[in-house]
Parts: sequence; C-alpha cells; structure tokens
Amino acid sequence: MKPTVVLFALILSAAGCGGGQQPPPITIDGSSTVFPIAEALAEEFGKANPDQRTPTVGISGTGGGFQKFCRGETDVSNASRPIRPAEIEACQKAGVEYIEVPLAYDGLAIVVNPKNTWASTITVAELRTLWAPEAQGKVMRWNQVRASWPDREIRLFGAGVDSGTYDYFTEATVGTEGASRGDFTSSEDDNVIVQGVASDELALGFLPLAYVEQNRERLTLVPVDDGKADNGAGPITPSAGTVRDGTYQPLSRPLFVYVSRKAADRPEVQQLVDMFFTRADLTREVGYIELTPQIYELAKTHFADRKVGTAFGEGGSQVGMTLEALLAKER
Amino acid sequence: MSPSTSLRASPSTRLRASPSARLRARRFEFLIEWALFLCALLSIGTTAGILVVLAVETFAFLREVPITDFLFGTEWTPLFATPRFGVLPLVMGTVLVSAIAMVVALPAGLLSAIYLSEYANPRVRRVIKPVLEILAGVPTVVYGYFALLFVTPVLQRVVPGLAGFNALGPGIVMGIMILPLVSSLSEDAMQGVPRGLREGSFALGATRMQTSLRVVLPAAFSGITAAFILAASRAIGETMIVAIAAGQQPRLTWNPLVPIETMTAYIVQVSLGDTPQGTLEYRTIFAVGMLLFLGTFGLNLVSAWLRGRYREEYA
Repeated sequence: MKPTVVLFALILSAAGCGGGQQPPPITIDGSSTVFPIAEALAEEFGKANPDQRTPTVGISGTGGGFQKFCRGETDVSNASRPIRPAEIEACQKAGVEYIEVPLAYDGLAIVVNPKNTWASTITVAELRTLWAPEAQGKVMRWNQVRASWPDREIRLFGAGVDSGTYDYFTEATVGTEGASRGDFTSSEDDNVIVQGVASDELALGFLPLAYVEQNRERLTLVPVDDGKADNGAGPITPSAGTVRDGTYQPLSRPLFVYVSRKAADRPEVQQLVDMFFTRADLTREVGYIELTPQIYELAKTHFADRKVGTAFGEGGSQVGMTLEALLAKER
Repeated sequence: MSPSTSLRASPSTRLRASPSARLRARRFEFLIEWALFLCALLSIGTTAGILVVLAVETFAFLREVPITDFLFGTEWTPLFATPRFGVLPLVMGTVLVSAIAMVVALPAGLLSAIYLSEYANPRVRRVIKPVLEILAGVPTVVYGYFALLFVTPVLQRVVPGLAGFNALGPGIVMGIMILPLVSSLSEDAMQGVPRGLREGSFALGATRMQTSLRVVLPAAFSGITAAFILAASRAIGETMIVAIAAGQQPRLTWNPLVPIETMTAYIVQVSLGDTPQGTLEYRTIFAVGMLLFLGTFGLNLVSAWLRGRYREEYA
C-alpha cells in the first residue's frame, strides 16, 4: 500500500513538472491515520487552485514522517501523536522549526465480530489484562479476561508496532508506550485488521474509529469503561460526541500536523493551513471528529503568530488530556 | 569496410584488405562472445550479490543473537518491546501452509499427469495442457485475494472455528497454483519413458491402468519426485498468497484453522513498516531470508540431481 502511494505521489509530481514557473507542490508526509484527512484537504486544495499543483501526500507513519520532516524534505508532517524528544532534537540539529497544529480527534475503537454475543462492554483493566506483555502465551481464552465470558479461544488483532495507533493504545491501556504482548496479528494496514475481525467470531481488535465508521455492518463496537466516574460513569461507546466531550477516555486522542516554519510563509501553504481550520466538514466526511470551534480559533491564532515548538515538552502520547488544557498550558 | 567495396577492389588490394577484415570479424566475434558471457554472468552475479548481502546482514544479526536462540527459540516477537528471536514459529507456519498445498497438488497433479500422458488422445491433450498451464500464469496477488475473500468464507461454512486468516485457505489455493507445475513436469517425465516399455506391458496383457501405475510410474519415478520437490520449493518461497490470506501472527502450531505467519509474510510485513535500516529488527529479515534461501536452494539441488539421474537411465 505504502509504496503505491509514494509512487503515485512521484507520478503526480512528475506530471506537474510541465508548468515551469509554478512553485513546487506542497509536500505532506507522515501518519497513515491522518492520511485520509490530509488527502481530502489536498484534493480540495487542488480543486480550489487549478493553477497550482496539488500537494503530494505520502504515508511513512508518524515516525517515518518526522524523519523526513526533520531533514527538511517535507513541508508538512502528519502525526497521530505529538512529536517525541528524539525527533525534537533531530529537528533542532537540522535547524528545522515547526508550528504544531491540532487537526482533529480520533477515537480508538475496540471491535469484535458481529456474531460475538458476549462482549457487550469491556473495562480498561480488562484491556490491560489482555494486552500486557505478561499476557503473552497465557491469556488465550475469553473467560480468562472475564469469568462470565465463554471458555473459547480469543484471537487478537491490532495496529503494527511502527504506528502511532499502537503507541497510543499501549500507553492508554497497558500504561507503557510500546509495551504489549507479541502474539497477536499486527498489521500496518488497518484494513487487514478490519478483515481479520470481520471474518472471525472469536476475534477482538483495536482500530481507529474512522475505519469502523466505514465498516459499520462488519464490526461491532465495544463500549469501554475506564472505571472513573468524573468523566462519564460506566461503559462509553465511542462516537463523535463522546470523543469530543472527553468522556470516551482513555482511548481518544488528538491528531496533529506539523508545519515547517520556513514553508509557513509561502502563500499556498498559508492557504492550505487555513483549510485545516475552516474545512471541518472534510474531517467529518472521512470519519474523523472535528475539533471544537474554540480550539480551531486558538490554533488559528497560534499559526498566525507563528508560535514554533510543541506543547508536549515531555513528548510522546499524553493520555486523557484535553486539547483545551494543552493549548492553555502552552502559552 | 563494406563487402561491395572489397568486391570492386583489385586482387592486390583485396589481398591486403582481407586479413584486416578477418581481424575485424574476429574482433567482432570476440566482442559477441564477451557480451554473451556478460549476460550469463549477470544472473550468476546477481545470485552471488544476493548471497553476499544476505550473508553479511545475517552475520551481523547472529553477532547479536546466538544462533541457537534463532534456530531453536519458540517465540518470534522481534519488533516488540521484549524481543524474542526464535524463528521456529515462522518455519512451522511455512511448513504447515506448504504441506497443505502439497496435499492438494500432489494427488491432483499426479492424476492429471497420468491422464494427460497415458489416457488422453492427442487432441484433448492439446487443449487441456495449455488450459492447465494458464493456472500458473495467474498473478499470485489474485490468488491471495481469492483465498481471503472466496475460499476462506466458503470453508467457514463447513469448518467450525475457522478464523478469517488461517493456513487452510491459502494452503489449498497455493496447491491449485502449483498444480500445473506438478502435472506438467510429471507428464514430461512420463512421456520420457520409452515406448517399448509400454508396448511390452501391453503385450503381456496388462490393462492401461496396470501399465500406467506399475510400469510407467515407477520408470518415471525420479522425474516425478523432482517435480514434487520443485513444487514444494515453490510453495515454501511463495509470498503474496500467505501475506494476504494467512495472517501475520507467528504462532507455533499445527492447527490450520488459526492465523499464522510464514517466513515470507514476515519479510513483507517488516518491509512495509517503518523499521529503520541497520537496526537489529531490520536485520531479522535478512536472517529469515537466508534461512529461506538455504531451504529452497537445498530442495532445488535435490530436484536437479534427481532429474539428472532419470535422464541418464534412458539416454
């Protein structure tokens, strides 16, 4: 999948070469989770500006995207988690400054097969039992997670270890980023997980909410209970509403784009960034959850002021923190 | 110098010209020879290059992971926070899928070879053989989705507890894929059995079936075995079908109903991710690749040796 996208990007950029005096296209790369939004925005940008080249959107994963971004090869980097200390350092070394722009929310959904009659809710503690590194080779049956569930094999599916989705999921459930059992079907391609869960009665998997929206009849959502009463008691089903109001915790997260400070002064880049704040309908259309108007407003001011750097000093995924709190903390 | 000028030239000039023309021709011949040699060298050079890369990266890998851990470990989780480098689950996945493929391809391939070689009249054979060989021309990615989206769902109706990703569906489809290889090579081997043997058998009053099974088949045995081994080596190296339809979960099991991962599928999985070059995680694919190469190379050698033997018998 990924090489194809890159190839397409190459063909597109090559095809655009005839123009001559046109500025080079905006280059976007990074997270596969953010890709659908970025692609929709790039397409709309191309339609609105027929005289300009359509931005190229690649999929290198959040980490791979930052590698290129901090070498100065791309203008915009998509990220499904905030930039990490090591990446901040790499950018600093290369003299690449960036503006952090929140783009949308994404929920991580726990899904089971529609034929599954027993798993109607799950708690965060149960998710930890199921996915912790110690569970490898030991927690293999449904009734080991909850005694009332059947004594049948459980088959697990989840995002590949290079994805921001995996980082966030492990941080939110197991408690340590990147720590999980290794004996599950892990794929960088979320469609593999959809296919795996949709075709196996005994499966359980985690997925970006957007992919569930696109496969409504094939997957069943499992409401998640984080055991805390102050952010909505009991199990909460992920939806646009529960993700945005912060009750679907801990499995919802903000998505970001990082805009190179140097590129931010180019008029076409400004135009594209402006679409981040005004075209929330595209975000909704591809299955993600738009930010609140206040946050768009805040982010817009930050960009206009060219505030460089990140609000995530410690870096990595921060579980359970709302964007309002983060943006307020930053300035 | 063109031929027309040398024809028009006087005898004396021709005498002077011809050694140089001959020299030129010889030089040209020499160039051709080298060009052809280089072409042949290209494929050998490529193989050697692949071997060198595999060997260098594998040694770098084995410097960090003891070879006994690699070959005999039962857990394969190199990308996770607590990495384990036991390749056995991948080997077992590969062997399991290939074994299922052979169970499908051997009887079907052999029987169709017997039919084509001993029973079918030439006109039927002229039609059936190319049709059978079309199977070999289907792109493996098509076979992969055929296994995932058609064969597995159909099997799920019959086999309870069959997961969406499993070894059974891809194994059967892979068997269909290598069937033409088995039938074609086996038929060639049977065609190579001298006519006299068959006629002798018929003269003794044997039926067609007795002749096929007791005379032709044993006579062509080494060629047929070679075909089987070549097919097995093809199954072991097959990538796309298992990467699409067998799952990506290294698991030490003989159960064909659950997701597994083969050596080839693992290499695909890592190549698609963001694993940085030069890391231990990245080198795992070369170590696995080396093992895969040694396996298929060994099988191909055995197959070549067997084919050579059967050729000698009737030369």
